[in-house]
Amino acid sequence: MRLVKQSFAPVLTVVGLLLVIWYAAAVWLNADWTYDKATRSGEVVTTSSLIKDTWAQKKPKLPAPHQVAAEIWSTTVEKKITSKRSLIYHSWVTLSATLLGFGLGTVLGTLLAVGIVFNRTMDMSVMPWVIASQTIPILAIAPMIIVVLNAVGISGLLPKAMISMYLSFFPVVVGMVKGLRSPEQMQLDQMRTWHASPSQTFWRLRLPASMPYFFTSLKIAMAASLVGAIVGELPTGAVAGLGARLLAGSYYGQTIQIWSALIMAAALAALLVGIIGLIQRASLKRMGMAQ
Amino acid sequence: MTSAPVISAKTLSLTFETNDGPVHALKDVSLDIEKGDFVSFIGPSGCGKTTFLRCMADLEQPTGGSITVNGVSAADARMARAYGYVFQAAGLYPWRTIGGNIRLPLEIMGYSKADQVERVARVLELVELSGFEKKFPWQLSGGMQQRASIARALAFDADILLMDEPFGALDEIVRDHLNEQLLRLWARTEKTIAFVTHSIPEAVYLSTKIVVMSPRPGRITDVIESTLPKERPLEIRETPEFLEIAHRVREGLRAGHADD
Repeated sequence: MRLVKQSFAPVLTVVGLLLVIWYAAAVWLNADWTYDKATRSGEVVTTSSLIKDTWAQKKPKLPAPHQVAAEIWSTTVEKKITSKRSLIYHSWVTLSATLLGFGLGTVLGTLLAVGIVFNRTMDMSVMPWVIASQTIPILAIAPMIIVVLNAVGISGLLPKAMISMYLSFFPVVVGMVKGLRSPEQMQLDQMRTWHASPSQTFWRLRLPASMPYFFTSLKIAMAASLVGAIVGELPTGAVAGLGARLLAGSYYGQTIQIWSALIMAAALAALLVGIIGLIQRASLKRMGMAQ
Repeated sequence: MTSAPVISAKTLSLTFETNDGPVHALKDVSLDIEKGDFVSFIGPSGCGKTTFLRCMADLEQPTGGSITVNGVSAADARMARAYGYVFQAAGLYPWRTIGGNIRLPLEIMGYSKADQVERVARVLELVELSGFEKKFPWQLSGGMQQRASIARALAFDADILLMDEPFGALDEIVRDHLNEQLLRLWARTEKTIAFVTHSIPEAVYLSTKIVVMSPRPGRITDVIESTLPKERPLEIRETPEFLEIAHRVREGLRAGHADD
């Protein structure tokens, strides 16, 4: 119970503080529209009517938290999940691309890291390209990937997953190269005294030693993967997914819809990273490596 | 009946090329280690004692002279798994239990499952760690971890034990205890042991032969055959005989420094 208190109290304090700032900002940013309306209809704006109106506009510059919460409630709980207006449906579209891209990125990243650690030529040749790949703005390359893959008849899940993979393999490569190189020289010498083969050294020493690095990389990769999937949904003409909701919302000035999609994306990221964190805790504990 | 030496170095040299010019880690080192010997290497840092041990283990390549282990080259001996090597740090894998750590070289060398179980139990008993098989390394003290690492080096059939300052990081009291244990273990297993240290009492207490080395270039300045009996209680360290050998070692170390 004390532990729960200790970990929740700081979080709740921050959340409370953010809500206060959010509500205050909503008044400040939406006030113009309220004054405009009042001038046109000749009403007098009091402090209470200002607050009431700025927190309840249909297309506010910044929707108030309860408006976003109501929107999320009505688009999740009150809609069938098969409906195109259900946020759960859109989240699932984005989630499936995220997970596929994350899986592909993890496999690609791990394979590249193994190659880089075991092969000097790959270390010299691949690593600079891996780093260069991340300097290209994803917003610029995402439409290209979608268009090119569409041209060869691949559309739907895979192009988005490719963009997710593009963003998520990088932290895995960097983390795993560091992890696979984490055994000390002494431990490698020790393997040599036993005349261990390179594959024995890999499976028994390098790979287990890299696990803490691996899980940390996965957390970053998962968050990057979600960003990739959302970015991948923007140029597809906004058919489905959280990215599509963001784009459609901005076309029609539906700020409440944009914010609810944003909050949903953030919650999804927190959930996914949290799940990896739990797996990390459980497996490192089983390995006797829990910190 | 004099059998061939287990380890034989002839005018062994090793020069590291560094940016500040060549460093003579070893120069013209010749030494024979007989079967069943307990040989200590003692000297200040940079005298090449660890480098010499690493040459025996084929972890360093000499640049001159020759070295044979069990009558073959150091590389062949390593590939034949002729020795167990104990490093200064225990180097146990945190993700393996004590038993799992000892099993590691056995798995690598392809011992059968049943044989592994039997050997792990036997060496744990040998280093007095029975009952700790299922514990993880962090649950053991530093001295116990080092004993586990010695058990790991004893688990497979190697007649030679190479030890590089295995007790260097431990406190005096634990060290005394482990020295006593090591002597018992040596008597029981009849292994040939090469032991690097920079403690004079440790070298004198343990060894049948003490090799005094000195730096720049790394070389042997004295080889002292111990006159102490094989049976050595800790109290032997107060006998005149012990002190005389210790005195000679100290003289040898001082002589090595005088050439600087």
